[in-house]
Amino acid sequence: MKEFEFVVTDPVGIHARPAGNLVREIKKYVDSKITLTKGEKTVDALRLMAVMGLGVKQGDTVTFRIEGGDEEAVAADLEAYLKENL
Amino acid sequence: MISIQGKGVSNGVASGPLYFYQRATTTLRRYTVEDTESEWQRFKDAQQKCIEQLGELAEKARKEAGDDAAMLFETHQLMAEDLDYEDAIQASIMEEANNAEAAVTDTAATFADMFASMDDAYMQARAADVKDVSSRILNILYGVVQGGIDSDVPVILAADDLAPSETIQLDKTKILAFVTEGGSSSSHTAILARTMGIPAIVGVGDQIKKEYEGRPTIVDGSTGQVYVDPDEDTTTYLMEKRRKLIEYQQMLEELKGKENITLDGHEIRVYCNIGSPEDVHSVLSNDGGGVGLFRSEFLYLNCDDYPDEEYQFEAYKQALSEMGNREVIIRTLDIGADKQIEYFDLPHEENPALGNRALRICLNRPEIFRTQLRALFRASAYGHLGIMFPMVTSVWEVREAKKMCEQVKNELKEEGIPYDEHVQIGIMVETPAAAVMSDRLAKEVDFFSCGTNDLTQYTLACDRQNNDLGRFFDPHHPAVLRLLKMVCDNAHKNGIWVGICGELGADLDLTETFLSIGIDELSVSPRSVLPLRKKIRETTLSEVKEAILEDLMGEGSQF
Repeated sequence: MKEFEFVVTDPVGIHARPAGNLVREIKKYVDSKITLTKGEKTVDALRLMAVMGLGVKQGDTVTFRIEGGDEEAVAADLEAYLKENL
Repeated sequence: MISIQGKGVSNGVASGPLYFYQRATTTLRRYTVEDTESEWQRFKDAQQKCIEQLGELAEKARKEAGDDAAMLFETHQLMAEDLDYEDAIQASIMEEANNAEAAVTDTAATFADMFASMDDAYMQARAADVKDVSSRILNILYGVVQGGIDSDVPVILAADDLAPSETIQLDKTKILAFVTEGGSSSSHTAILARTMGIPAIVGVGDQIKKEYEGRPTIVDGSTGQVYVDPDEDTTTYLMEKRRKLIEYQQMLEELKGKENITLDGHEIRVYCNIGSPEDVHSVLSNDGGGVGLFRSEFLYLNCDDYPDEEYQFEAYKQALSEMGNREVIIRTLDIGADKQIEYFDLPHEENPALGNRALRICLNRPEIFRTQLRALFRASAYGHLGIMFPMVTSVWEVREAKKMCEQVKNELKEEGIPYDEHVQIGIMVETPAAAVMSDRLAKEVDFFSCGTNDLTQYTLACDRQNNDLGRFFDPHHPAVLRLLKMVCDNAHKNGIWVGICGELGADLDLTETFLSIGIDELSVSPRSVLPLRKKIRETTLSEVKEAILEDLMGEGSQF
């Protein structure tokens, strides 16, 4: 299991479009189970409506947890994607 | 004539018959299914078809309105195949033996409620997306074919609210404007209307009635007004307005990319005044040469407590990087007087316009100023930044502020944080004191920017907020214009440039005067850039300069 924290800098937060893109990105890592946590709530990062339902805003800290697959590589890739896009 | 007031969310004037959108109506039937397995399959087939349809719509939208519009339908695709959504429908069919229509309807309601209850206007509006995706699946289940507009002539389209899939399927050549009962400025109808460049009015409620169908109607997107059976005066007035708007649009297109240069070759820079990083878009779309005044107050007004360095840095960085090579002049905190912020906890003043405001607060409370300066210098690495200080009256204030800038730069250097060594430092000239002392002040800074609103108020001893002063409050008063000339002369003697960032800058009656006294830059609202450019390009400075200066400075002047 590998996890990391990320502070969302996108001014609109994880709204519909960025959430859609994120889910599409997560889909690439077929061997890993990835969850997203904000505060008390943890959701499957593959589930768009659940991700949107977290209501992540700019400045919020979220935690990604990766289980299975090449956890290190997935975490690095994903973090790079987040920095670029969110 | 029936006059209806709604909220204008996309500008323009349009005239035509009113037409109500024909939505395929379906009544939900609930029943218990025996063969839950095949009912689930029936849903899966409809879902698959829905995803295919959305794919086609995405392509259509990409061609008509670009990638952004297409993204919407791609997001809808993801919603249609969302696992939570699918799981809930599966449970409803498989465990409760509901028919697929009932399962989809109930699940849609649950998810729409979840979004609607979120503490965020944008997310609340996404409830409509869930409903839209679901009604597409329902229509497929019901076997309904989506309809268009059954009219031979273009119409003003009325509806309760239009879902994005409905909007995109409409025959665009048949639509002159949108009028919806519900909706907001961030609803899809509004967004698409703006993309299409046609007027849209939302939130008219039950004022718009089915019986108006087919009657002549005029809508005005800038005021949010809808007129059914307009009388002659209204029609004449609005058609004239429409003509002007179209003319303005054409002017925009023709003047974009052109120089702000008089017929005899005198050039002046035209920049924009903005209040938040989002405004950068209108600067660029109106072809502003830069930002001459970026009011930083929004950062403080939007917060419940002092905004920290990081937050400010991100906002400045965003504006600077989006403006690319174009200059962005950010004014440091200017609160007090008419702009009060609770957490600053400023004592009540009898006369706040003459009180503790702007740079005075910053110099008295250096910790607040330092945070802003650090954020500004850090952001300077991402574009072409200028910084200016508001409400200056004395040379020592400028020296003190500059000293703080040097301290901040040294800190950043030591911390190894990049910043631009050549950030221009300027001041607002908005007090008579600064204007009178402009020869000395010019030796301290790289530029002056004249804030004519305050300069007029302080020079004429006329309160800006007092509407009763009438003819005594004259922004064209020669005292103000003479001060501006004096500031210009002193600036140029010292090799620095002068701009105007007050409302006077956009006053076309004064453009020739500003050119004559030698103003180097005018900073105006983005919408004023192109009309101002037009005025400049029609002026021959050599023909008017002498008379204007004689009027202003000569003995026999009419003033």
